[in-house]
Amino acid sequence: MSYQIPKFRHPQLPVNALGYTKADYEGSISTLCAGCGHDSISGSIVRACHELSIEPHKIAKLSGIGCSSKAPTYFLGKSHGFNSVHGRMPSVVTGAAMANRDLIYLGVSGDGDTASIGMGQFAHVARRNLNMVYIVMNNGCYGLTKGQDSATADEGSVSKKGDANMYSAIDLCATALQMGATFVARSFSGDKEQLVPLIKAAISHRGFALIDVVSPCVTFNNNPGSTKSYEFVREHAEATGTVDFVPMQKEITTAYEPGSSHEVTLHDGSSIHLYKMDEDLDPFDRTSALINMEKHRTAGDILTGLIYLNKDSRDLHDVMETTRRPLNTLTEDDLCPGNQMLKNINDSLR
Amino acid sequence: MKPTDIKDPEYFHKVVDCQYACPAHTPVPEYIRLIAAERYTEAYMINWHSNVFPGILGRTCDRPCEPACRRGRLQGDDEEPVAICRLKRVAADNKSDIRDQLPVIPKQKNGKRIALIGAGPASLTVARDLAPLGYIIDIYDNQFAGGGMMRSQIPSFRLPIEVLDEEVNYILDMGINTTFDIEVESLQEILDKGYDAVFVGTGAPRGKGLNLPGLEDAADKVHLGIDWLASVAFEHTHKIEEKVLVLGGGNTAMDCCRTSKRLGGDDVRVVVRSPFEDMKASPWEKEDAMHEGIPIYNNHVPKEFVVEEGELKGMHFEKVEARYDEDGKRSLVPTGEPLVFMEADVVLMAIGQENAFPWVERDLGIEFDKWDMPVVDPTTFQSTNEKVFFGGDAAFGPENVITAVAHGHQAAISIDLYCRGEAVSERPAPGVTLASQKMGVHEWSYDNAVEADPRYIVPLAPLDKSLADRKMEVELGFDPTTAFKEAERCLNCDVQTVFEEARCIECDACVDICPTDCITFTPNAEEEQLRVSLSAPASNLAQDLYVSHDLPTARVMVKDENVCLHCGLCAERCPTSAWDMQKFLYNVTKAGQ
Repeated sequence: MSYQIPKFRHPQLPVNALGYTKADYEGSISTLCAGCGHDSISGSIVRACHELSIEPHKIAKLSGIGCSSKAPTYFLGKSHGFNSVHGRMPSVVTGAAMANRDLIYLGVSGDGDTASIGMGQFAHVARRNLNMVYIVMNNGCYGLTKGQDSATADEGSVSKKGDANMYSAIDLCATALQMGATFVARSFSGDKEQLVPLIKAAISHRGFALIDVVSPCVTFNNNPGSTKSYEFVREHAEATGTVDFVPMQKEITTAYEPGSSHEVTLHDGSSIHLYKMDEDLDPFDRTSALINMEKHRTAGDILTGLIYLNKDSRDLHDVMETTRRPLNTLTEDDLCPGNQMLKNINDSLR
Repeated sequence: MKPTDIKDPEYFHKVVDCQYACPAHTPVPEYIRLIAAERYTEAYMINWHSNVFPGILGRTCDRPCEPACRRGRLQGDDEEPVAICRLKRVAADNKSDIRDQLPVIPKQKNGKRIALIGAGPASLTVARDLAPLGYIIDIYDNQFAGGGMMRSQIPSFRLPIEVLDEEVNYILDMGINTTFDIEVESLQEILDKGYDAVFVGTGAPRGKGLNLPGLEDAADKVHLGIDWLASVAFEHTHKIEEKVLVLGGGNTAMDCCRTSKRLGGDDVRVVVRSPFEDMKASPWEKEDAMHEGIPIYNNHVPKEFVVEEGELKGMHFEKVEARYDEDGKRSLVPTGEPLVFMEADVVLMAIGQENAFPWVERDLGIEFDKWDMPVVDPTTFQSTNEKVFFGGDAAFGPENVITAVAHGHQAAISIDLYCRGEAVSERPAPGVTLASQKMGVHEWSYDNAVEADPRYIVPLAPLDKSLADRKMEVELGFDPTTAFKEAERCLNCDVQTVFEEARCIECDACVDICPTDCITFTPNAEEEQLRVSLSAPASNLAQDLYVSHDLPTARVMVKDENVCLHCGLCAERCPTSAWDMQKFLYNVTKAGQ
């Protein structure tokens, strides 16, 4: 068993605008099961952050409990990290994000951590539109406790033991939409070409960005009859369209057929292009997104790609009109502006 | 691209860079692992079977394996190859008595008589391969003992005489009939003795000279390098004058200057026409010479000997600079500066060697080409006289010991085939095995961790002591602890990443874990296009792409072999064992096998 990744890397690894290679965004060697979808998601996060040229210390990765929540150890080894209580990651992110709005908050959670013990927290962080990326590594089972069905397991999906799940599944994307999330996407761990641009777009989006990533559990939920196996997802994934992320600094070079694409400029000046989109779906309309998801669900398909984006998103800081500076940069003068200011406030209340 | 045929033994052979580069194709990683396991005798025997002279080569080999070593291609300019050569010496230094492991020589001979002309590495290899098959072997040499240029040209401070004798005698003790101290002056005479086959391994015995103005007057103070080295080795020469100029930039020049330094030369200089980087000498030999306080003057073309009153005073040199044209062809252009004078009491010329076959009659059916070299088949080493075979430097000009050994093995195969009446063109296939190294879920039979240690340096004897005694070996060799650490630097390139597409579920785990981004799953394309579209560019065209058959998603797996660390992580992270680490052992088939 290897405990370390060899230090050698490919001598011609591409370097980003900061002069870093992909290796500078990696973490420790994974201790998840061989073939776990979560490792591929980690790989996509590494790629997205490298390609966006984010300084690693500008990212905070937070998680709860579970296989998924172990995963942050395996990427962004030079970023801030907080492994919190089961299902309570959203509270911790809320506190951190309120205190320091300058960091990029990357919440990593699983289907148990989000849809079972953390359901309440998930609902509220979505409705508050906290500026964060919330990635669910969704494998439909509790891998860490030997593979019991989780709340996202589809009704009728067969576990490794051979039993069909009796209960209705929670659809995290639909729930997030209902709760007021402003960026909702679904993807598959085995499709980096789709997942990487989605992560980049989610990072650039201001507000709550959910990416529900179907991530097969090779040990407990990759058997025939499972709706979260590699084979099933490959056969049943239906993309809403193709997402292309264009960073602010970069000139748009891809040619798109007129009328076939949408261009959305995000808060940080970068833009995303949606092309080859499903004609029935208007990704900027919540009703259309909900109808489409339901339509695919009943057809037995898994709708992937960008499902909904609110172009006018106002995040929690905007709504609360908080200070634009991180709290740790506020001085005594900022916090105690003096008697005159107090008097003004008091006067305004008389 | 077409799927890679891993059943072709040459595919994985090429991945083992060191073994592939070795003329004798010694299975390097296999013996390095044995050295790490302190199984020195077994490591030695693997070498002995493949390259015949492990103790000698572990000190003197030109090491074509080392520039090929994958480690040198890894990230970082200062990453150096594994010290393969000096590890080989560790096996030789620490082995136990191996005599009971040598081939048994049949008492009943097969009746075929073979003459070997010259007792250098090529001939000795032929003898080693044929004697166990029952051939009667007569070896002829003009020196008093076997070894050829290994005895006459390699100084004792690089190769102690005991090491040479030991390995030469393993072969001569196989019942070889030796005729030493006699110059063979006619091939006709040898053929007249009714041999079934004759092997010519007489090397490149003639040193080249420079006919410059003043040479005639200075002749007694101007020596040919190899002849002078031989006269030192054979104890005819014991001292040299104070001021020595050595002309030439090859390994012989390095041996000449270092020997001079030990025989009384005080102001010893090497003067070479070419730029320092273009010198033919191995980099480590240049380093060793400079370490002993010998300056190397490059870009100096010798012009004339300066002789006053019948006595050599020195030499004049013209300063030049190297210019390279578009094709990289070099020309040395005079800088126009005045000639440089260097004082000298004696000059050693080590500017090259050539073949000489005055003793081979030209009416024996052996064709000679326009350079007066025999026409020799590069695969079978047979000349145009089907009975006469050539090998070593005698075949295609000066090379090195390991090349001579490789020639010897192939010539022995040809001689055996010829004597049995079979076609010499039917070469035996190499012996190949491929076996999984899996010991458990995540356990391998080899140390798959990649050590980051820089190359270890071989300790040297104190300079003052080694300069005082020409027979004192300069290099002390690795001690077992250092040898272990150096051996652990080996990447085990012979443990191959074998991919079985039927098992692959395309989970990407191998792609994600691979530290050097070797693996890509992609739609198939032409090689040129694939090489630029992989996870990391595959720009080293000398290294192959390993391409799978089509996978269920209509993609293929493409692996760039170039900087694969053979760390086994792809196989460790593979949930279905579609990747497996399998040891590939490639052995060149020897005569009679």
